[in-house]
Amino acid sequence: MSLLEITGLKVGFDTEDGEVQAVRDISLTLERGEILALCGESGCGKSVTAMSIPRLLPPDTTRLSGSIRLDGRELTELPERELRAIRGKDVSVVFQEPMTSLNPSFTVGFQIAEVLRRHENLSRSAARTRAIELLELVGIPAPARRVKEYPHQLSGGMRQRVMIAIAVACSPRVLIADEPTTALDVTIQAGVLDVFRDLRDRLGTAIILITHDLGVVADIADRAVVMYAGRAVEEAPVTELYARPRHPYTAGLMRALPSAAVTLEDGRRRLSEIPGLVPPPYADPEECAFHPRCPRAQDDCTTRRPALDTYGTGHLAACFHPLSAAAPATGGGS
Amino acid sequence: MALFILRRLGAAAIVLFLGSVLVFLGVRALPGDPARVLGGEDATPSAIAAIRHDYGFDRPLPVQYAQWAGKAVTGDFGRSTQDKLPVGHILTERLPVTIELSLLAMLVAVAVGVTAGIVAATRRGRLADYVATGFGLVGLSVPHFWLGILGILLFSAKLHWLPASGYLPFTGDPVGNLERMLMPALVLGTGFAAVLMRQTRSAMLESLSADYVRTARSKGLPERSVVGVHALRNSLTTVVTVLGLQLGALISGAVVTEQIFVIPGFGKLTVDAVATRNYPVIQAVVLVTVAGYIGVNLLVDIAYALLNPRVRLTGVANG
Repeated sequence: MSLLEITGLKVGFDTEDGEVQAVRDISLTLERGEILALCGESGCGKSVTAMSIPRLLPPDTTRLSGSIRLDGRELTELPERELRAIRGKDVSVVFQEPMTSLNPSFTVGFQIAEVLRRHENLSRSAARTRAIELLELVGIPAPARRVKEYPHQLSGGMRQRVMIAIAVACSPRVLIADEPTTALDVTIQAGVLDVFRDLRDRLGTAIILITHDLGVVADIADRAVVMYAGRAVEEAPVTELYARPRHPYTAGLMRALPSAAVTLEDGRRRLSEIPGLVPPPYADPEECAFHPRCPRAQDDCTTRRPALDTYGTGHLAACFHPLSAAAPATGGGS
Repeated sequence: MALFILRRLGAAAIVLFLGSVLVFLGVRALPGDPARVLGGEDATPSAIAAIRHDYGFDRPLPVQYAQWAGKAVTGDFGRSTQDKLPVGHILTERLPVTIELSLLAMLVAVAVGVTAGIVAATRRGRLADYVATGFGLVGLSVPHFWLGILGILLFSAKLHWLPASGYLPFTGDPVGNLERMLMPALVLGTGFAAVLMRQTRSAMLESLSADYVRTARSKGLPERSVVGVHALRNSLTTVVTVLGLQLGALISGAVVTEQIFVIPGFGKLTVDAVATRNYPVIQAVVLVTVAGYIGVNLLVDIAYALLNPRVRLTGVANG
């Protein structure tokens, strides 16, 4: 049994313009100690998929169906009270915005200690001691001093490390990292990714990494799920995905990486892009959602939606006209 | 922190000085002659001149100011032109009454306003929110005097629960004092509570949608910590600001409320003093009000520093 099994998850939101379909149908698994990347453009449903696990979505307007099982326990049917016992303990989250995700009015020590006192029943002083250890674990220098500081006294990279310290405080089984390095400088990104890798190796934490940055995926993830318009379009171990992308969308994303830029005649380099826009989230298309933007689209793509097919071990793609294994689309990434 | 307070105190002294000059000149710019009021209708020009000389009204303004300010610093505000009592003595009699009324009104306002604001924000768009904002609108719109009269009609004339008016010192008869203060405090606190409710509600709505609240939820904290600790703490600066600003409204509200309930406080003293051109009393009353205002603002600044670590650190940075 996998650590986490998501089956047929659908998530919609009630809005004034009707129900918006953020996640249309997704199934995925996460193994113990695995780093799984969820990638895709903004609005493809990757964050909503991940936030459905601890159900950190607005309760009044969210329509959620399908199954989410953590160690065999069904989470979608749990009442709010029992979910609160899981949040921060079994499933924790590192958010994208380190500048605003910490409360400006409390010391970082308080904010780390809070989760320990909630779930581990630690005393005030024991929680404080543990908070210092955690700051050290995530690579913050002079932790005994930093623990008394407020978020505004720390740099963005440091704040994100504090967020990670909060998230791993209770040794969660699943850590969701939602674009954890997007708001950080490139030089700091690598350090934060090292922290994740280190935590997985030391604590065996399984990590769901949400990102649109395929460079980050190549750097740290074991396996990746590429999402488009609320569905998975391709899923494979990372080395396999980079060597032999099957879905034209995945190939397009890889061509958009700076390392895959084409050198022009005058010596300048040009990034390639995927033309067109993500389809609006209102209607659920009967056809392949990617076909209006797809260079390989044919007539059948406009009438039916392709299902996920297997292309070798653990490699799935949903396309009627996949790229062949012999012709890798890019030299970038792996 | 000490330097922070010291600097604020220095600024307060300057404001107080400028305030005292304005008060002094303002009172003298009022139409009407106090000597004529004191002398009565039949006073001869020479008698009026004598009264002027007695009170020093015939000397140049800068000299008058210097004499008045010099004494005021030592707590001597001169004598009332009406009953010849020392103004300082009148103040010590009247001031505690108004302070008690204001504090009670503030207590009512904070208890009702802040609680209602939090409830409205957490139940946004539901019945409790509509009820709270509805009452808030009514509380803001209803004038004190009307509410006061209505209260007297209902609770005193009809139900006989509370005395209609009057005042008893707290030290002599605590129960009688509170019985008589309850209705004025409720009346005075209503508008204040409404303002606080609206400000608390919008500050809480903003805090509740902040990223750090989402973080707090992701930690598995119960809603009472998410709302009562994480969101509320960041809304308190707004509440404290409104408290400070509204104190002025509270003083002007006290003027009306004290008239209705016949409470011998500061507000009633002010109205009576202006009516009789009682220069020494007006000056003292306004000056004490200015000082009270400055004091409250100082407290607000200090509360800011305590609530918001960013303010505190910039305040301490040079010390």
